[in-house]
Amino acid sequence: MKILIPVKRVIDANVKVRVKADQSGVELTNVKMAMNPFCEIAVEEAVRMKEAGTASEIIAVSIGAQSSQETIRTALAMGADRGILVQSDEEVQPLGVAKLLKALVEKEQPGMVIMGKQAIDGDNNQTGQMLAGLLGWAQGTFVSKIEKPADGKLTVTREVDGGLETMALKMPCIVTVDLRLNEPRYASLPNIMKAKKKPIETLVPADLGVDVTPRLKVLKVVEPPARKAGVRVASVAELVDKLKNEAKVI
Amino acid sequence: MAVLVVAEHENASLRPATLHTVTAAQEIAGPGGEIHILVAGAGCRPAAEEAARISGIGKVLLAEAPAYEHRIAEDIAPLIVKLAPGYSHVLAAATTSGKNVMPRAAALLDVQQISDISGVESADTFVRPIYAGNAMATVQSSDALKLITVRTTAFELAPAEGGSAAIETVEAAGESGLSSFVGAALTESVRPELTSARIVISGGRGMQSGENFAMLERVADKLGAAVGASRAAVDAGFVPNDYQVGQTGKVVAPDLYIAVGISGAIQHLAGMKDSKVIVAINKDEEAPIFQVADYGLVADLFQAVPDLEKAL
Repeated sequence: MKILIPVKRVIDANVKVRVKADQSGVELTNVKMAMNPFCEIAVEEAVRMKEAGTASEIIAVSIGAQSSQETIRTALAMGADRGILVQSDEEVQPLGVAKLLKALVEKEQPGMVIMGKQAIDGDNNQTGQMLAGLLGWAQGTFVSKIEKPADGKLTVTREVDGGLETMALKMPCIVTVDLRLNEPRYASLPNIMKAKKKPIETLVPADLGVDVTPRLKVLKVVEPPARKAGVRVASVAELVDKLKNEAKVI
Repeated sequence: MAVLVVAEHENASLRPATLHTVTAAQEIAGPGGEIHILVAGAGCRPAAEEAARISGIGKVLLAEAPAYEHRIAEDIAPLIVKLAPGYSHVLAAATTSGKNVMPRAAALLDVQQISDISGVESADTFVRPIYAGNAMATVQSSDALKLITVRTTAFELAPAEGGSAAIETVEAAGESGLSSFVGAALTESVRPELTSARIVISGGRGMQSGENFAMLERVADKLGAAVGASRAAVDAGFVPNDYQVGQTGKVVAPDLYIAVGISGAIQHLAGMKDSKVIVAINKDEEAPIFQVADYGLVADLFQAVPDLEKAL
């Protein structure tokens, strides 16, 4: 079974983002970039499935600027077999991404798509569900456990607001992963070197016949309202007094 | 055209998230605008009856089918797709249920969904947090139909009583047969629900074990509070996943948030920094949590939390 894993290049999760002075977006120049942490978990899961003999080939796909090649290389160093970059210098919104991925799924015919439940830049949490809808496939979202596929079905455990939910998905299917599915590995130096020789195909959205014109226009991006610095209290007694008599919340 | 709210419910009852979503719908529809609520489930007439009592609702649509019992996205999305053409906007709460079904429906309708809105500027322009709430984007949609998920903490509860909307039965869409419910392990709690509690007390890695959360539970019981946790505490297995407050967990905005042994990673702050009053108890005086806390107590939590319990 082939597995397709979409991966996204985002600002590193440990970097504090800064809003641009002209309110057009957030500052991306000279900022450390990395693979979206949820995508790393997706890659790790696919690699483990390959190691377990469930998967035969892993294809890492990224949609974005030329620099997204680096993110594909990271996936290749972790164990993906080859990459596809759909190059676009303009922002591609989740619906456009889902349409591009649908075209690639039709071309590559994977048995599964594993991807992050959200990217930590736009925080949209849409693409996997959209792709599943467009393909008419089953979707297992926010997944923290994947069983070995059996009888054309994949059993997954989902993290939901009330706890955990287990679903059986008809295959082929889409899985979007949550934080506790696995702990992604660090790529070893030999594997990073090997990844440099693995092939990456480059396409543009027009090659796949997809119109990716954004539907949402960003009018402005601003800082959130800042919280005023508070006070230090010296004791529990003082804290309780402040909460009762000053903040009046208890 | 009217605005449709997809109800968040448990068949036998409506969840408060629906009331927050109705408020967002009212802001979009404006005075005199009509709001309908879709209750799709199995044996969910009680939830529909609750929805009909919400103040200012024009009509409740009740769709019942066995496949809707667990709100499976593959089955509910086609129903939304079928109903959507009669509406200008379709809204759902940005809960795990809303986040699961709405993008699927949006794609089938060829609509770019607007996720997790925290403000309504006009019928086509919305404010939403990006980058874990470290930036707020104002976005304008060019789609004729708008599909939206709503950050419930950003909108007040609509009055749960006062209305008497008609309940209209609508035909269910066919069963997709794509996925089936196997089981659930839901956390039973006698305490208020995390996302709607007036007071939340959360523990982090500093709690050191799941057993130590009992200390927080005792304080919670005195305050009528819900208990939450940081990702670190959930990853360490101290508490179940549904306790997690943060960028990718639950977003809370209670009157009082007490963070115990939580350092304050930006991903955690994203889930609680809109709380009205924040208290931080941490032995590390450099912990970033103190930068957002109204009241900071630098202390060993194993001393401070029992003291707090006694002082209440």
